[in-house]
Amino acid sequence: MEYWNPLVERMPVEELKMLQEKKLKNLVEYVYQHSHFYNKRFDDAGVKPEDIRKLDDLKKLPFTYKSDLRDTYPMGMFCVSNERLVRFHVSSGTTGKPTVVGYTHNDINEWNTSLARALTSIGVGREDIIQVSYGYGLFTGGLGLHYGAEEVGSTVLPTSSGNTEKQLEMMQDLNTSVIACTPSYFLFMNEVANQVGLSIRNDTKLRTGIFGAEPWSEEMRARIEEATGIKAYDVYGTSELSGPLFTECQYQDGIHIWADQFLIEVIDPETGEQLGDGESGELVITTLAKEALPLIRYRIGDITVINKQPCSCGRTHPRIMRVFGRADDMLIVRGINVFPGQVESVLMNIPQVGEHFMIIVDRINELDIMKVQIEMTDEAFSDKINDIISLEKKVADSLKSVLNIAVKVELVEKGTIPRSMGKAKKVIDNRKL
Amino acid sequence: MEDKIIKQISLFAENKPGRLANIAANFRKAGINIRAFTIAEAGDFGIIRMVVDRPDDAHQVLHDAGFTVSETSVLGIEMEDVPGGLGKIADVLGTKDINIDYAYAFVTKTEKALLIIRVSDIEGAISVLNDADIKLIDMADIQEI
Repeated sequence: MEYWNPLVERMPVEELKMLQEKKLKNLVEYVYQHSHFYNKRFDDAGVKPEDIRKLDDLKKLPFTYKSDLRDTYPMGMFCVSNERLVRFHVSSGTTGKPTVVGYTHNDINEWNTSLARALTSIGVGREDIIQVSYGYGLFTGGLGLHYGAEEVGSTVLPTSSGNTEKQLEMMQDLNTSVIACTPSYFLFMNEVANQVGLSIRNDTKLRTGIFGAEPWSEEMRARIEEATGIKAYDVYGTSELSGPLFTECQYQDGIHIWADQFLIEVIDPETGEQLGDGESGELVITTLAKEALPLIRYRIGDITVINKQPCSCGRTHPRIMRVFGRADDMLIVRGINVFPGQVESVLMNIPQVGEHFMIIVDRINELDIMKVQIEMTDEAFSDKINDIISLEKKVADSLKSVLNIAVKVELVEKGTIPRSMGKAKKVIDNRKL
Repeated sequence: MEDKIIKQISLFAENKPGRLANIAANFRKAGINIRAFTIAEAGDFGIIRMVVDRPDDAHQVLHDAGFTVSETSVLGIEMEDVPGGLGKIADVLGTKDINIDYAYAFVTKTEKALLIIRVSDIEGAISVLNDADIKLIDMADIQEI
């Protein structure tokens, strides 16, 4: 078993807690002094830095929301002045103003360390050629993985996303062994490979995939691994925390969150109450090592479960289990919560249908109507209408048994659901709410 | 017996404008002739079924153009263009418990009526239709129509 920082990664849990407590106390003092935003937020909540003595006092601190970053756009929450910053990343402003994240030298180093530990835990090292097919630029995916991979000594092939046939050519010519991109882009890549008569399994050296930036299911992992012969690992992180930071280890049983850098809790998204280990709720993260833009109890919006059981890999840091969906991605259809990830799980278990789908929600005569479009596959196509109708019914019945609402299933021609190079759009909500 | 089986092109199409024009354009480019043609529609989607002079080429052309397409084995029956022709065929198949999944008919230049059928048991159908002296056409006949 290889570790990047063996002493830290295998630190006894009690020591880790002491370390977190110490860092938390320093952090609270630091943001209170250096951030006008937190100074005011603490005062408004009636909390003083000296009130935070133990880890358990964390719950006294107010939450930070994504909207706080937008409201203080561009740099209202920063704790350092410009001369200490070495980089900006800016997240796409799909739902309002963009958010800006700044990094000091140390912030970049901590980010690289986090990824270096993660990459080592999945066996990526000096001998690997890693093709980074996440977008480069303001998005953190490309540059994040890039420097993380350089840190462990891998050779980076910075292809960014798009130009898929060229990417496949380079994958072959330069013996790419690891790819990092969104899972939907990798499936698209495999589709293009098949079209040009290339087998990722037989014609390339690819053996590992690092997939993230969008929720994906265990079933999708099985499909990717079966179709291409690679091992597929989940990577987690978000620009507000730096970017992609954590992955599963080789046991593929939850994502290790480095406790010396980040403090995690799971809360009930409605009441804000902390939930116990093993309970599913919204993930809340406090950064313990960031300088430019530290965040206190940041409501990241993802729904998950924390697992503090020791991992077979020997690492003592807590794991979050597969992120099921984002609290923001959740649709409420006829009063029932629906995650696109649930739909994906159901479809992945039906061999006759492809992995591309689109959820369309309309409101007709005050009633929510949810429709799922799925692509017909060559294998499933029968020229008897009844066969197609019964396939639609089979999918609709499976969806209903999981979601508890009636869903209209519509098979569409293959290739007609938009493919994405980045995060796949899975929902069209036509309701005027 | 094999040579009496006709390869029909079946194709999945969403029920929206322009799909048929797209198919026709692909055939025109490849010089493929449609001999018989029908659309079965079911709400949002339809299945287009065609008998063409060069089915393997047609399959390739449509597949390359991104369609979901298959070759399906069907039978072509030459009917006397007189009352009672269809009834006789249905009777013969019915006695052997062979189901007709679907059927469509067209009239040739030589003023014969041709019936295309997909059945639940194609080998059985060929045998019983032969025994009843009902004439089945083959791919060579299709090319000459």
